[in-house]
Parts: sequence; structure tokens; C-alpha cells
Amino acid sequence: MEFTDEQLLRYSRHIILPEVGGKGQAKIASAKVAIVGAGGLGCPVGYYLTAAGVGTIGLIDNDTVEMSNLQRQIAHNVHTIGMPKVESAARTFEALNPDVTVVQIRKRISKDNILDLIKDYDIVVDGSDNFPTRYLVNDACVLARKPLVSGAILRFEGQVTTIVPGEGHCYRCLFEDPPPPGLVPSCQEAGVLGVLPGVIGGLQATEVLKLILGKGDLLKGELLIYNALKTTFRKVKVPKNPNCPVCGENPTITELIDYTEGYCGLH
Amino acid sequence: MEAVVPDKSINIKGLVCPYTFVKAKLAIESMEVGQVLEILLDYEEASRSIPKSMEDHGQKVLKTEKVNDTDWILLIRKERD
Ligand SMILES: [Zn+2]
Repeated sequence: MEFTDEQLLRYSRHIILPEVGGKGQAKIASAKVAIVGAGGLGCPVGYYLTAAGVGTIGLIDNDTVEMSNLQRQIAHNVHTIGMPKVESAARTFEALNPDVTVVQIRKRISKDNILDLIKDYDIVVDGSDNFPTRYLVNDACVLARKPLVSGAILRFEGQVTTIVPGEGHCYRCLFEDPPPPGLVPSCQEAGVLGVLPGVIGGLQATEVLKLILGKGDLLKGELLIYNALKTTFRKVKVPKNPNCPVCGENPTITELIDYTEGYCGLH
Repeated sequence: MEAVVPDKSINIKGLVCPYTFVKAKLAIESMEVGQVLEILLDYEEASRSIPKSMEDHGQKVLKTEKVNDTDWILLIRKERD
């Protein structure tokens, strides 16, 4: 890849890293990453991947920006309230780095469209805020054999894990089924410290860049848990479940499932 | 020691850190292991920092020479990708 003078300046702190160099920066420039959700996690993940020069970012979200989002969703602002989140975030990302192509996918993800939505991308990031979507994205990535960087946040705690097809666990190896709707905190109960998605999204973006570069150790077979109140990071081993219903030896889930009944946030 | 004939030469006069090293690193990346890069520069700090960084990256510094009042010439042999 031939860099313009502007690109040499922009990416110089990457190029001088032995693990990146010009070749690594060229890999970043040709990568295509799909981000599910342009909310708390999707904003920082997309923002940092844009700064890093990821060639194509597909942003999937069907919501519009609300005032209550601005406490944590850093790609939106008071002037984009009411605007589709994908458009608001795309404007922010394009202002940061015009090298990046931001594809706005204003759709609610479902079992009928997800495989088509992710098929042109190398890596999928889950920044969704609900269990039905998290399981749907997991199952779709297992079936489509796409690496998935999954993140979740609640109150003061966040989790990150990286799922590489054929190399370790998937989300269902960890928790076979979504929790029943009654056990999931309702919207009113589910507070979150505004900076928490910045920490977790930053970790997700880091995993994406390592996947692209093929460098370092991924959170494969591991769940990283961050507790913001205690300031602790804890890694929990997640073995692959040979009886996993989607990635196990005899999978029972061979078609995608939409869990829709009774979950908060699905409207 | 016999004279080394460089396989590639770059002139980075007028550039300052970190672009001096960015240009030098991209040039080394584009070469084969065993080949020698000649760098002409006029930024004094880079005459020390480029050889150090190249060695940190596993390359071999063959020569650092002040050739006149303003310029230095470095010879770097690529040892690894
Ligand atoms: Zn599994």
C-alpha cells in the first residue's frame, strides 16, 4: 500500500510499532468490520476503529438518538437528537477520518436478515444491549464462521470475550440459553456508569485490531470481567462445551432463533 | 572492511521525528532480508534515534557517518521481516 503524506502523518504512531508497521496498517485499511449497535459500546468501538483507519465499518442500528443516550454514547450529540443513530455516528466518524467508509445499516437485526447483513464483513462486534440480539449474533457468527468480539455492560460491570470459529468457545458454551425475561433487569432498573462502555468498547476495539493484525493473544476461551467500583479485571476460563447446541459436535441449533417475548428494549 | 553497496537509498533531509523513522521503516519493510538501505538525513536527533530504533527492531546498523556540516549517512542491513 502506498501511503499519502497525510496518511503517513495520521498513522505514524502505528507504523513505527514493530507489531504494526506499514504492512499492518495496510491490513487495517483493507479490513471490514460490522458493529451491531451504535449505542454505548458501538460508539467507542467505531470511533477508535475509525481513528485506527479500518477501511470499512458497517454500523447496524435501528434507533434514533435521545437525550438520555448522551451520558455514554459518545458519537452522538445535542445536534443529532432525533437523527438515526447510524447517521449521527457516521457523521462523527467521517469528521474524524475521511479514509474510512462508514456503511449505515438502519435495520433491526433479525434471524431473517443477519446473515445477509454480516456476509461482506471480516469481523463482527456485538455492542447490543439485550440478550436476544446477543444470542442471535453469536449463532449467526458461528454458522457464518465469522470472528466475533462480544461485549456487555450493566451498572458498574462489563464483560468482553472473543469468539473465533473453530478455535474455542462460543457464547452458548458459556450460557446455553438466554435468561428468562423476568430475571433480566428492566430498563428502569438497568443503570450504567457512563464511562463503563468506554472501557469495554476500548477493549473490544483492541481485540478487533489484534484479530486484523494477527498479533498478540486474543480473549479466546476466556471471559474478561471488569468491575469499575472495585477497579478489578478478572479473567475466567470458558471451555468449549462439546455439547453446545450451536458450536458442539452435534448441534441442535442449525437455524437462527429470534427470542422476542417479554424482553425489555425490543420495540 | 570492503565498501558496502546499498540496494536502496532514501533522502529524508528536511524531515523531523517521528517521520524520519516512519520513512526509514517503510523503506526497510519494502526490502528483502540481507539488503542494505542507505539513508541521507539532516536532523541530528534522527542520526541517533534511527540507528537505535532499527536495532530495537532487529536490524543491523552498518554505519553512521557525518558527511558534512549538516548531513549524515546511515547504512542499515535488513536482518528480519
Ligand atoms: Zn458453543
